[in-house]
Amino acid sequence: MSAPAIPVAGPVRAGGRTKAKVDHWNTVVEVWLRGHSTIVYAFLYLPIVIVVLFSFNANRLATIWTGFTVDWYAIALKDEVVLSALRNSFSVALPNAILATLIGTAAALGLQRVPKPVRIVFDALTYVSIIVPEVVIALSTLVLFASGFSFINDLTGLRLQLGVPTIVAAHMLFNISIVLLLVRARLSGMDRTLVEASFDLYASPWRTFRQITFPQLLPAIVAGFLLAFTFSFDDYVITSFVSGPGSSTLPIFIFGQVKRGVTPETNAVATMMLFVTLALLAVGQLALARGARRTGGVQEGGMAGMIAQQR
Amino acid sequence: MSLSATPDTPLPGRRATLSERGGETPDVDIVDVTKRFGDITAVDAMRLSVARGAFYSFLGPSGCGKTTTLRMIAGFEQPTAGEIYLAGEPVAGVPPYQRNVNTVFQHYALFPHMNVAQNVGYGLRQRGTTKADEARRVGEALELVRLSGYERRRTWELSGGQQQRVALARALINQPTVLLLDEPLGALDLKLRKEMQLELKALQQEVGITFVYVTHDQEEALTMSDTIIVMHHGRIQQQGGPAELYERPVNRFVANFIGVSNPIDGKLVEHDPSTGRGVVQTDRGLRLTGLVTDPDARPAPGTEVIVAVRPERLQVEPATHAAPPADGWSSVEGRIHQGTYLGDHTEFRVATDIAGEMVARRQNAAGAAAIMGVGPGDPVVVRWEDSANLILVA
Repeated sequence: MSAPAIPVAGPVRAGGRTKAKVDHWNTVVEVWLRGHSTIVYAFLYLPIVIVVLFSFNANRLATIWTGFTVDWYAIALKDEVVLSALRNSFSVALPNAILATLIGTAAALGLQRVPKPVRIVFDALTYVSIIVPEVVIALSTLVLFASGFSFINDLTGLRLQLGVPTIVAAHMLFNISIVLLLVRARLSGMDRTLVEASFDLYASPWRTFRQITFPQLLPAIVAGFLLAFTFSFDDYVITSFVSGPGSSTLPIFIFGQVKRGVTPETNAVATMMLFVTLALLAVGQLALARGARRTGGVQEGGMAGMIAQQR
Repeated sequence: MSLSATPDTPLPGRRATLSERGGETPDVDIVDVTKRFGDITAVDAMRLSVARGAFYSFLGPSGCGKTTTLRMIAGFEQPTAGEIYLAGEPVAGVPPYQRNVNTVFQHYALFPHMNVAQNVGYGLRQRGTTKADEARRVGEALELVRLSGYERRRTWELSGGQQQRVALARALINQPTVLLLDEPLGALDLKLRKEMQLELKALQQEVGITFVYVTHDQEEALTMSDTIIVMHHGRIQQQGGPAELYERPVNRFVANFIGVSNPIDGKLVEHDPSTGRGVVQTDRGLRLTGLVTDPDARPAPGTEVIVAVRPERLQVEPATHAAPPADGWSSVEGRIHQGTYLGDHTEFRVATDIAGEMVARRQNAAGAAAIMGVGPGDPVVVRWEDSANLILVA
């Protein structure tokens, strides 16, 4: 007798349990699995729901609900400290996303043409830069900037210091890898004969890139850009290491607030961040799904897969 | 994005072709072309002229070098040795986008981010055709493949057969010197494939463009081609019309690849090179007179050969009613091993002592009645005319 296709209740011993007993056991396991899943998801999402809920709390104390208000959003959007942190966040996330997308896409295109041994090395390095714990990247980039700047400053009399540019540079480290992976996946899933068909129809290599390859890659490039933006926008660890005076971003600001006690204003800022991030992720996911449907290819896991790898 | 603004760039290095200087040149001339991939020789010293306006098929099993030959004509591969001429011009080093040759790919290779009209007009846009001209010619091309009104459709919404026709229109619209087709019907189901075969043939006659078709399906090649080039191990085995290949296969490979034949081993005892007539003493005592099919063969007496006989040339008669031995006929005795009724014909497998197991086919419309009632184990006589004996040297 062969084992059941889905041996939820473990292998069935010949002449052992009766069919009814197996069914009963299956039901128990199923109920337990369902309960377990519910608890896990509640644990994951309940805190977020509470933060969103309490951002509408009329009470000054963040933990006692007294009534509904949107005042905290108005207060947050008038708070000069919040606005400055928001500006910093954007001036980090946007250049970071643009540069990471450009470099990552170029690297993906280049790696296609490189001999296999070289490509394997670069692929490994890409994965490593994603897998390395954030705090290690944070520390190592800080050490690099600190020692590098002091060396250059001593030598040239310049006064280079930590700030927005150093945050951008540090964030790009892993964001380039993210874009690279997304575009590489798309490239390798691309039908090579499309390029040949374009050559066959009198299009030069450059025109073929512009009219065939680039439009095919665009969903991955857009997704990479949005992902790079959100990762940078909500990063705390690296930012806290390599930020300088006056370059606090929103996550840094929120963490500072928390130390002095959570206020509904903090909740409002966090909620706004949450929705900006979610919106961008949704757009990115749509871009990938649309691209996959158009080409008939399958983007395994899509952005969710990429995020799972990152976290 | 306006691509029509790009000026039409003439093909570089274009000189007066032989035909412009007068005289009919073949559309494709393959001169001693060899292609090696590492240690593997995909195409071995090929020599071939493709005449204007005809339907050519490369036929052979996978790995015989037929697709490699096609890719060399298209410009995707460069020959290791030898030279290819397109309309009289050598094309070594000329990239695919500068060759006036178009390809219909095996899996269509339609651009998924463009609609039908954009796909079909792609080649024209690269050459700087005006928008109005492009729209008009796209309309004509779609009409040619019976897809008028599909201009704005997405390619992935179309059925396999429709996608196939879009790919055809996209290639034909450019009026190439040669249209290359790489097993384009392979992905279609049998019924649609049969329809498309006839349609392709009709289309080729209508547009008058030279078609070079690659297939491993002998029936497909026989249906459509003016000339079939049978390939094996990178070499041309035989080149000729469908009837010629079937009636006069020059070697064992061609005889077995196109149709079925009954092989009888023997030694050549007589051969007249001027008429091709040969006499074979078979290993089990039969003396067969026939034609040495390869006109270039000069086999020495005693050479081991095969006599191949097509199944439909064999007559199976009950031993009790068999016609008496006659001049110009061979006959062997045997027993029916198996009789399979196949609708329009019946296939008999006859076990014979002196010619091994023989396969015979009888049309069911006529003559089958005489054999009715003959079942497995019954003694029969298998007879065939000398003209059915094909003596294969190689």
